[in-house]
Amino acid sequence: MDFATPKGLVHAVRGVSFSLGREKLGVVGESGSGKSVTGRAILKLVRPPGRVSAKRLSFDGIDLLACDERAMREIRGRRISMVMQDPKFSLNPVMTVGAQIAEAYRLHEQASAAEAKRRALEMLEAVRIRDPERVYRAYPHEVSGGMGQRIMIAMMLIPDPDLLIADEPTSALDVTVQLQVLAILDDLVTQRGMGLIFISHDLNLVASFCDRVLIMYGGRVLEVCDAKRLSEAQHPYTRGLLDCLPRIEVGKEPGGKAGGPADLPVLHRDPAWLDQGV
Amino acid sequence: MIDVEDLSVTFGHGAATVHAVRGISFHVAAGESFGLVGESGSGKSTVLRALSGLNPDWSGRMTVAGQTLGRRRNKVFYKQVQMVFQDPYGSLHPRHTIDRILAEPIAIHNLGEADRRIGRALEEVGLGPQFRYRYPHQLSGGQRQRVAVARALILEPKILLLDEPTSALDVSVQAEVLNLLGRLKTERDLTYILVSHNLAVVAHMCGRLAVMNHGVIVEEMTVAQLRAREPAHPYTRQLLTASLGYDRAAIDRFEDFAATA
Repeated sequence: MDFATPKGLVHAVRGVSFSLGREKLGVVGESGSGKSVTGRAILKLVRPPGRVSAKRLSFDGIDLLACDERAMREIRGRRISMVMQDPKFSLNPVMTVGAQIAEAYRLHEQASAAEAKRRALEMLEAVRIRDPERVYRAYPHEVSGGMGQRIMIAMMLIPDPDLLIADEPTSALDVTVQLQVLAILDDLVTQRGMGLIFISHDLNLVASFCDRVLIMYGGRVLEVCDAKRLSEAQHPYTRGLLDCLPRIEVGKEPGGKAGGPADLPVLHRDPAWLDQGV
Repeated sequence: MIDVEDLSVTFGHGAATVHAVRGISFHVAAGESFGLVGESGSGKSTVLRALSGLNPDWSGRMTVAGQTLGRRRNKVFYKQVQMVFQDPYGSLHPRHTIDRILAEPIAIHNLGEADRRIGRALEEVGLGPQFRYRYPHQLSGGQRQRVAVARALILEPKILLLDEPTSALDVSVQAEVLNLLGRLKTERDLTYILVSHNLAVVAHMCGRLAVMNHGVIVEEMTVAQLRAREPAHPYTRQLLTASLGYDRAAIDRFEDFAATA
């Protein structure tokens, strides 16, 4: 798999290039850094007035730039799938959870309703929902946020895609639930050989979860590094982001007289970063 | 400074009653920063809302600065205790300018000298006079949270209740707001109760913390104990493990404490 260079008219993303194999790629940046738009551009989900231009945007030998809407519909879901940030807005509120998952399956496979239901229940179990029969019949408002997110993942995974783009799939969840959801994705990458683009603002999480990390700022990729070596990152922006995180392990001595904490290092932005890029 | 004894909060009636907080007690000394940590639904925000008078249906005993609190709070209480909310997008009136937002508490408490106070409050939270006549939508998330802090401090309270003050912000902005809160605390000798799901933020800001799960405090400890990774309760240990990053092996050992609580 190989992707390259989406470019926005408002320059939301400028000259981004990267390639992805069967691995977990983390895309990290602050709000407005263009990380979500990059994910959408791959699926050609950027609507006018947004415009995507690139030298090359190819997936498994298919030139995505040349694909029309019809061809893209064949790819979306079946080959490349995307999990959005908030299950509350991504699930259909007037359809039961089960019907939505089964629909996702039947859109892509020639399957009977009974077969689709069986697969949907299997999928709910695979994302560790304890009582799949009950959840199958439930409406989205009847499930918790963590469960909603697992349902979204089940729905995106049921057509068995080769690549999953996860846009902040867990940032609305509690830490323990978040890690459990990530473990599900991790196992799928290992077992099915799926590729994963994991978009997040959480540096620590990405460093411990992904294989490689892209650091985005102002629509550009400032640095690409091994997730395991993120703590040795070179770029001042990456360093600044890492430094300004409060940490549990580091015992900062109280600085103020009333026991106030010592100041965290503050990120100083350099306008020159906007002209850089890997 | 703050004493809470056997506080319970319920929502709803009859069979549909939800016990959000179930008989918790804690004490916060003057000048201390106390953290309340827990996952969503643990009741940590409800404790703050009961304390600040936003939630009248509670039982137990709460004392702030020697005054026992009743159902209704008077102006003297709000002169002492102010709150900063989680969502800087929802907590500022969208059709009021920053000037009007900051003028309201001054008018309610008849403090006078509104002009001087507003100018000083903005300066203290690091916003220049150019922000004074803007509307909230013209500010970034971090700037809005600074306005929320300015609004809380304009009455010169002794106690600040902070409900997830930085969870809606980017990490670089979070550092700035945490630094601001730390500096103001030292300068004004404030007492903080900080509610957060982020253990690292609480470890940075507070000296002591209580961990809540399903409406009860499962453990109270010092931040030094947290840093030394010495929590006694299995729930706290799991929360700490989860906060330290992704570890595939550890996740399989996670228990569901919701079921047992």
